[in-house]
This record gives sequence, structure tokens and C-alpha cells, in this order.
Amino acid sequence: MYYNKKIETMAREDMKKLQSERLKKTVERVYNNVPLYRERFDEYGIKPEHIKSVDDLKNLPFTYKTDLRDTYPYGLFAAPMEEVTRIHASSGTTGKQTVVGYTQNDIDVWSECVARSLVSVGGSNKDIVHVSYGYGLFTGGLGLHDGATKLGAAVVPVSSGNTARQVNIFKDFGSTILCCTPSYAMYLAEAVKESGISPDELKLRIGIFGAEPWTEEMRDEIEKGLGLKAYDIYGLSEICGPGVSCNCYMQNGLHVQEDHFIPEIIDPDTGEVLPDGESGELVFTCITKEALPLIRYRTRDISSLTHEVCECGRTTVRMSKPCGRTDDMLIIRGVNVFPSQVESVLLNIEGVSPHYHITVDRVNNLDTMDVEVEMSPSMFSDSVKHIQEKEKMIKQALLSTLNIAVGVKLVGPKTISRSEGKAKRVTDNRK
Amino acid sequence: MELYQVSVFVENKSGRLADITEVLSKNNINLRALSIADTTDFGILRLIVDNPKATELILAENGFTATLTKVIGVRVPDTPGGLSVVLRLLSDGNVGLEYMYAFIGKEDERASVILRVDNDEKAEQILSFNGIDLISGDAFNE
Repeated sequence: MYYNKKIETMAREDMKKLQSERLKKTVERVYNNVPLYRERFDEYGIKPEHIKSVDDLKNLPFTYKTDLRDTYPYGLFAAPMEEVTRIHASSGTTGKQTVVGYTQNDIDVWSECVARSLVSVGGSNKDIVHVSYGYGLFTGGLGLHDGATKLGAAVVPVSSGNTARQVNIFKDFGSTILCCTPSYAMYLAEAVKESGISPDELKLRIGIFGAEPWTEEMRDEIEKGLGLKAYDIYGLSEICGPGVSCNCYMQNGLHVQEDHFIPEIIDPDTGEVLPDGESGELVFTCITKEALPLIRYRTRDISSLTHEVCECGRTTVRMSKPCGRTDDMLIIRGVNVFPSQVESVLLNIEGVSPHYHITVDRVNNLDTMDVEVEMSPSMFSDSVKHIQEKEKMIKQALLSTLNIAVGVKLVGPKTISRSEGKAKRVTDNRK
Repeated sequence: MELYQVSVFVENKSGRLADITEVLSKNNINLRALSIADTTDFGILRLIVDNPKATELILAENGFTATLTKVIGVRVPDTPGGLSVVLRLLSDGNVGLEYMYAFIGKEDERASVILRVDNDEKAEQILSFNGIDLISGDAFNE
């Protein structure tokens, strides 16, 4: 099933043609309306007429998160305020918040992207879509809300929080699709278990999770805990929000809505474009946006692309599940460590709880990394030796994957705080 | 009836032990014996109570990790050498001892000893064959 079959199954040549036309218009738009782009293009000696097709995209300069901050709040807007109908803002988790704007057309495009995403994982207008992303400046809540509305599904705008009530709503309203962050999905799964309800009693069948990196191991946990199929949705407010790309029911990469957002993978150090299959930094160019059409925006997410036609029939380019952000990366004694690697190691050990917290510190000029892991009933025993063996095994597994020695501290159940939005899994005391 | 000990995970954080005993007190659980094993970062509280099953449940409901462990209880004369008879029997029978703790009972002049061994069945056989008084799980029910 497709929401927009013509686009989603378009032949490569036709897609390139469409993208080229749209790119040309966008370059003109930003050159004429955004001082920063005009200056930067002039600096590179680029005039809009130099851009003839998507093949010329690689010659355009990048846009960085700092550009949004430097022009805070509206400096990169390419539409006058009378055409802007919505403003969102990033959470500011990685610094000063950034502001993004949308014209009504931008909102419509975004909604269609989310509607396509919902259909590609098997959703339809018969579904009851339970949106537990936070509503507000964060794009998660309203993004999924508008998309599900566009599809004609019944939207339950619960927002995040009040976890016990969410479980009752699952049960009483018969929610079939859950949308939230993966860490909140874990929390909800725990709440379902505690309420004594079996996942079989719930009608949930599809989960659409995004806004933070999560691992395949976490996917298994969530699927088991809530009795649904868990899919990835990807997006960032700078590009529009969730729905820039999404899994299809094959769960094999995320289809990018490339008639609106052209993805590239680049070497983060040289800026050079990398071929399909190679991992690098994901870069997006908006080609239909009116209010904030960013050109070659550096997402700092690490992914790779494939143009192979998917078994679901979609011809759109797919990106691999982002394994982390370059700015989530921790450098511990010179070794690069992603929190997602720690998650993956922990969840591969039988009986280890999926809740963890990483503390990084510097003791006597040496970086230290400690992982707090919750003691679970299946790990516990009356014997000190047994528990210490388990602890040692976790340390060993972390060492062999990360190549650095990591301290492991077993803590009581539920002592690591649960997240209703984006989880904060790292405390870096070196900063 | 078999004798069970409630084992509870105690995070090394001030007040955790008090949290546990408060929960038990609120639920009218009477502690008959206890011991604690501690390491630098966690401890295991081992409890003998009047109702181990209910205690395990109450602790879990209150957010603690607890489990039931089968243990062996024996009553020995509260005189020098009373315990060594028992330990020698187990050792001669090749039964390994993981840990033990003792307390003085209210009802008579004997000491009660809780033993955690690597082979319950064998230990029980050896001890009862040699006339050692085993404590049944019922003994701690009021």
C-alpha cells in the first residue's frame, strides 16, 4: 500500500528530473531571500543559474547548526512572516535552541510525508493513532498528529507523561498505532507489565519511534513488551520534523521522502560525497520548503544510503538506521564510543535490564567511564560470587566491544530515571 | 516444609537498608534472623521471616529486587562444639558451604543455624541420618 504511489514508486530518472527542477527553484529562492545564503554562494562564486540539476548539488556549500544559531531566530527564513503559519523550536539539548518556521504549504508537505510513513508501515485510516510524543515546540507531537489526521486515522493526542493513564487509554480506546520516542516506549512497556496487563490484551500493532538513536536490541525489547512491530521514523526540526524518512513494513532501512528532501552521505572531515553503502554524515537539502529551505544541512547523524529498489516496491532511496550523532560520540582515552554501542552490548546479555546510565569523568587526568545497570530479578542471586561474575561478564563484554575498560555499577531497580521524551543517558563531568 | 530465605539486593547507598526494613515493618513482617553480605558496591540482605513468599512479593512491589533461596536450618545445643558437629558432618559428606549465620532461639536453650550449601538434598540426608534437628519452614510461622 502506498499513500502516494506515483512518487513512491517513481523511476530514478523521473525522480532526478523532479528533484533537479525543485532544487533549481529552491536555490533561487534562498539566493534571493536569505542574506546568509547569498553571501555564502557569492563567496563560492555560485550563481543560481550554475545549478542545472541534482548533479550540481555537491558544489553547494553546507549549512550548519551554528548558522541557525547565528541567525537566531528567523535569519534563515526564506518566506515573509505573513506566509509563516507555524513555528517550532529544537529542544536545545545540544546547546542554544534553534527556531524553525513553516508556511501552510510546508505543513501540508510535512503531513503528507508522515502520512506516507504511516501507510508504509501498514497503517490506514482505520487505525487509532496514539501520539505520545510531546506536543508543543517539539516537532514530534504535532508532526505525527498532522500526518495521522491527513491519513484520516483517529488521532488520540495524549502527548507524553502521565504514564499510568496512557496504559488505560491503550486498553480502553483500543489504540492500534503508538508514536513516541523509543525510550518512552520502553517506559510504557514497563508500565504495561506492572499494571498486570498482557500485551496480547492490547490492540497495539504498530509502533513508530524516533527522535533519538536506538538499537536493534532495544527494538526487540519494545516489540516484546508492547506486542507490536516497532518501526523507525526519522526527522529533525531543521528539515521539517519526523517523516523525513521512515521504515516500510520490510524494516530494512528508512525510505527518504526524496521528492522533498535530498539526502547525501559525506565524509565529515573532508566534506566529500560518499557512494552508496558507505557510512558517513547525513546531509539534507530541502527542495520544496518555503519558510526554511536549508541547503546541504549537516545533520551530524551517521548513516549510509542505498538506491536499490526495496522489496516493498518503493523506489525511493533508503538510509540506514542512524547509529548515533557525531555530537553524541564520547571520546574516552582517545577511543570513540557511542552510547548506542553500550546499549547494544547490555541488551545482548541475557537478563540485563535495558535501563542504563553512563557517567564519564576525569580522574587524575585519565578519562573514566562508568555504566550504571539496574539489577533485575533474573540477574540477582543470594550469592555474592554469582553477582560479581555477572558484573565481570558485563565489563568483559563492554571491553571487547568498546576496547576500553568500563566500570560497571549495579544499582537498584527503577533507580535510573525513566524518560518521557528523549532519554538523557550520559553525564559527562569533564565538560 | 522447606525453609526459604529471602535474599534482597541492596544498593550501596545510605538509607537503603532502612528503606527495606521500613517496608517490612509497615507490612507486619517479622524478622527472625538476618545477615548481610557486602562488597564495595552492593550488598545482599538475607532474611529469615515468618512468611517468605509474601515478603518477596511485598519487596518486589516496593521496587526491590528480591528472591527466595532454599536454605537449611538446624538446631544445635548452645554449648561449645555444638556447631562443629554439624559442619564436620557436611564436610565429611563433601557438601560445600556457601555461607551461614546463627541466632539464638527464644523457645529453648539451643542455637539455630541457617546454612546455605551446594547440595541441599544430600545435606539434609546426612544431617537427619545423624540425628541433627532440622528446622522446618513452618517453624517461623506464628
